[in-house]
Amino acid sequence: MAPNDSTSYLDYNATTPVLPEAAQAVAASLSLFGNPSSVHAAGRRARAAVEEAREAVAAAMNAAAQHVVFTGSGTEANALALRGLAAANRCTAALSAGIEHPSVLAHVADEHIPVDAHGVIDLAALERALGSRAAPVLVTLMLANNETGVLQPVAQAVELARKYGALIHIDAVQALGKVPVDFRALGADSMSFSAHKIGGLKGVGALVLRPGVEIAADIPGGGQERRRRAGTEHVSGIAAFGAAARGVPTLLSAAPRITALRDELEMQIQSGVPQARIFGAAVARLGNTACIALPGVSSETQVMRLDLAGVAVSAGSACSSGKIAPSPVLLAMGVGESTAKTAIRVSLGWDTTAADVDRFLKVWLPLAANAAA
Amino acid sequence: MSAANSMGFAKPPAETRVVVAMSGGVDSSVVAALLKSEGYDVVGLTMQLYDHGAATAKSKTCCAGQDIYDARRVSDMIGIPHYVVDYETTFKADVMDRFAEAYIHGETPVPCVMCNQTVKFRDLLKAAKDLGADALATGHYVQRVATGAGVEMRQAVDPDRDQSYFLFATTRAQLDFVRFPLGGMTKPEARVLGQKFNLHVASKPDSQDICFVPNGDYAAVIRGLRPDAAVPGEIVHVDGRVLGRHDGVIHFTVGQRKGLGVGGEAEPLYVVRIEPETARIIAGPKETLLRDSFALHGVNWLGAGGGPDADGVQVRVKLRNTHTPVAATLFGEADPAKARVVLAAPEAAVTPGQACVFYAETQVLGGGWIARDHGAALIPHNLRRPGPSVTAAAG
Repeated sequence: MAPNDSTSYLDYNATTPVLPEAAQAVAASLSLFGNPSSVHAAGRRARAAVEEAREAVAAAMNAAAQHVVFTGSGTEANALALRGLAAANRCTAALSAGIEHPSVLAHVADEHIPVDAHGVIDLAALERALGSRAAPVLVTLMLANNETGVLQPVAQAVELARKYGALIHIDAVQALGKVPVDFRALGADSMSFSAHKIGGLKGVGALVLRPGVEIAADIPGGGQERRRRAGTEHVSGIAAFGAAARGVPTLLSAAPRITALRDELEMQIQSGVPQARIFGAAVARLGNTACIALPGVSSETQVMRLDLAGVAVSAGSACSSGKIAPSPVLLAMGVGESTAKTAIRVSLGWDTTAADVDRFLKVWLPLAANAAA
Repeated sequence: MSAANSMGFAKPPAETRVVVAMSGGVDSSVVAALLKSEGYDVVGLTMQLYDHGAATAKSKTCCAGQDIYDARRVSDMIGIPHYVVDYETTFKADVMDRFAEAYIHGETPVPCVMCNQTVKFRDLLKAAKDLGADALATGHYVQRVATGAGVEMRQAVDPDRDQSYFLFATTRAQLDFVRFPLGGMTKPEARVLGQKFNLHVASKPDSQDICFVPNGDYAAVIRGLRPDAAVPGEIVHVDGRVLGRHDGVIHFTVGQRKGLGVGGEAEPLYVVRIEPETARIIAGPKETLLRDSFALHGVNWLGAGGGPDADGVQVRVKLRNTHTPVAATLFGEADPAKARVVLAAPEAAVTPGQACVFYAETQVLGGGWIARDHGAALIPHNLRRPGPSVTAAAG
């Protein structure tokens, strides 16, 4: 078959298209070549762009601008939170759910709190773990899971953390722009974000801090970001992050339309392919995400077949080799390895249309039919 | 009806999907670039076979070796989709474990054949079919020729490069689906094509040895897979004298001369037989290595009919990859997976576990695995001499 000249991009949880406003902000920023740390006018102009973006980002999750720390990625924001909070507050242990992103799990060796079959953290187990350890413990929990979209009871987790004198970091990378995020109301100690999940550029993230919380820099060596993250700022990326953050209310207003498309896709799957399994469907989750297992057809095959037909989805956790391993998230939910190896993630976004969903189904349903035959 | 395209299909190349098994080396990269230039709908697949970091004992490195990056880079450059398929589990079970098992049983395996017959032409071939491919192309130097009577396998035109030895186990059904575009080319010609297509791997050195034994220390790999593998034992002369001790039969290959660590003998000694049951290595002078007949198992037949004739068929046989084929008579048996080979002249180092591949001129008629010979009677009586006692063996 001839290569497709257009792609149905259904992998918004991996990354999103760059919003036009963000691209314009990048273009405008390119003339601001000054170093934001410089005293002179060129430096001041660059710094003004960074600070303007900081205010926009802070507004998107209801935080104070001076407590927003720009980083090089969501992964770096998680590292700064987990290493920086633990070091500055002499935390005795770090706890997380087993479904966290690898950039969080890399810093949590002490205990993984189990999740139920829907992928929701077991709060009673979290409380037992908090009660059995000397304060202060560092708890980290994601707001929305990247693979299933399942929302975690972060408000209750924050309450538990307060009750036991623990610190708590919330990984909100996957949530921003898809569900309302209110950092101030939640009361967590820190929250991480990534620009390219909301239409910004890759290579920029942010950590938002509760006023007064102590944190140690993970990358020392400069006074940038109020000594919490050294290194000359990525001015263009930060400017684009600000522009994308200003678009968060628009993204949220598109959510009902996206959810309706996702629900239509899942309904077609459920009616056409009874053996298919949809994860997290029984609990609150992101409206754009569908995590589907098709017994008998490997994730690899589904992703490749869809890609060759011009439909972009993803599966499991890809190593930098491109090899696909079964999703650790599904395994942590108690899904068997053989089923986990047949799961794919379909994640929709603001540019997704009914035609994209149809195109997905047109390729995927015959795969399912062949497997059943 | 239009004439068949270069892959043998009566449709335009653009409507013919060919999956190329891309190793990241120059050969398969050239195949992908060549087919792409001919207008085929080319898809590159690279197999992830083992944890590269673990194999090289650098646990901090990625699971993938440089080869995967090279394959991906070539695919990006020539503009084809490329995917990595994970066969670590099956590669361990079907190739690495069998490799270790063979050495433990006193054989010298050919893991590349095992890989071709399982991971590559069973699993990768299925993956290609799952992707709707019409054919699977590889960078092997061997020829596939469609004749009126069916598809034949022939040696590559470049005798230095011929890889038919490693492909003897390819079944007819597999041969129908696979293509070897380099079989009619020499390696220098392939490299020139690599340069013409501006591939960054054009001058990459050829891969050496066994991919999962990166530094050649295969015994270390076996010990890693099977910590109980190395059972020390005796080195015994064919005349019965105990000559010394060894660290395990896995370190030996029939026909091997170096590494026995026994001196003071009148003539050089070779490993004549390996007895894993008693952990004994039997050594003897060169003439005790000679064999003129041996049994095969796991026979794959690609010639006419259902298998070699029970009354014998004249063939030439290749007993290891570097061996120049010699004349032999091949006898089929009631069990089509078994056969017996009688050589026209005795050969040294008929090594159990190696493949014996049958040829008629350049046509590959199939092959089988050389079975261990169990008979003690193979030591000619006139070579047995009353030896000194065990203690005299030191030297």
